[in-house]
Amino acid sequence: MELHHGKHHQTYITNLNAALKTQAEAVHTSDITTQVSLQAAIKFNAGGHINHSLFWQNLAPASSAEAKGSAAPQLVKQIKETWGDEEKFREAFKAALLGIQGSGWGWLVKVEIGNEQRLSIVTTKDQDPVVGKGEVPIFGVDMWEHAYYLQYLNGKAAYVENIWNVINWKTAEERFVGTRADAFKILKASI
Amino acid sequence: MNSTLLRTTAVRSALRAAAPSASKRAGLAGTTFVRGKATLPDLPYDYGALEPAISGKIMELHHKNHHNTYVTSYNNFITQLEEAQASSSIEAIQKQIALKPLINFHGGGHINHSLFWENLAPTSQGGGEPPTGKLASVINESYGSLDAFKEKFNTALAGIQGSGWAWLVQDVQTGAVGIRTYANQDPVVGQFRPILGIDAWEHAYYLQYQNRKAEYFKAIWDVVNWKTAEQRLK
Ligand SMILES: [Fe+2]
Ligand SMILES: [Fe+2]
Ligand SMILES: [Fe+2]
Repeated sequence: MELHHGKHHQTYITNLNAALKTQAEAVHTSDITTQVSLQAAIKFNAGGHINHSLFWQNLAPASSAEAKGSAAPQLVKQIKETWGDEEKFREAFKAALLGIQGSGWGWLVKVEIGNEQRLSIVTTKDQDPVVGKGEVPIFGVDMWEHAYYLQYLNGKAAYVENIWNVINWKTAEERFVGTRADAFKILKASI
Repeated sequence: MNSTLLRTTAVRSALRAAAPSASKRAGLAGTTFVRGKATLPDLPYDYGALEPAISGKIMELHHKNHHNTYVTSYNNFITQLEEAQASSSIEAIQKQIALKPLINFHGGGHINHSLFWENLAPTSQGGGEPPTGKLASVINESYGSLDAFKEKFNTALAGIQGSGWAWLVQDVQTGAVGIRTYANQDPVVGQFRPILGIDAWEHAYYLQYQNRKAEYFKAIWDVVNWKTAEQRLK
């Protein structure tokens, strides 16, 4: 956790700030070519920053009240309606996580289109963030090898199994009942 | 591919096919057609032989666990593909298409790692000794010097967003060499021929270097087997 936060997450922020600074200069000088060429670096490093910021918040110590499903009554109700029961949801989420080829993330996402609202399991590659229209990330699991390798080595199934013990259901519930802007408010605070 | 590793593999699979358990299984399946299964190749050196550039612990996990999982999964999905190919119903074709990315990933993982083990060597077996002959000339022509090439290669490695590989490749049509990066386990096939590959997945260095991947990219040149790379050049 220390390396992950202090080094990996910090690196994304450092690189993002550098790319944004270069971009501001390119905007100032109307240098469109440079602006476009910076897009990949901005997406990757901003994604790394967004994903990790959301991730830290959606984890909690296993012994805490936040780590119990009872902290998320409304979310759990809709999970049951969507997948049948919590166990089937966990199985589906696990299968999605283990199906990622290479580095990436798995998310439980609330999708709001007009008056309709549904839950969906989404995987993303590398640091692609969940920022699509109407998408609210509820909780995410980092499936980069740096997230588990020192502890689990290649045993990523065990990592995925144990991550359920430390999901912060209180945060998840807040994101579920809140708006997209609520979920991302941590980013405003940290820039 | 005319590599020693894959020749070894062929010999090993022949031996395995001759073993009682294998022939019994083939007999039970009631078929005379037995496809050669991919097998995990032996390393041409000990797990600890690449230290200090790569720790023995990394090499052991990387070979015995990671590479072996690609081999097992590749065999599994190829078997499923063979079954799906027995029919041309819509469902069977859907299944065939759905299996393609899995075969690309696990088959790619198998061949990438097989080539990687071979293009590394302990310093006592020539690891790190600069290339000679034709490979040396094309690198100098294209990059100015070996050091300039390594620097460009390391920049490419550092630029990989997520898991992947960097390769020195040769264009099969023009013969020109170049540096290309590949995502995840995408293999070097088609227009390019793999000459030298470096694994930039975190599992390749994390236990030893953690997030300091630039140090891994710098150290690995001490154990690059340029002789093998040269043999791959046409
Ligand atoms: Fe990785
Ligand atoms: Fe991470
Ligand atoms: Fe690897």
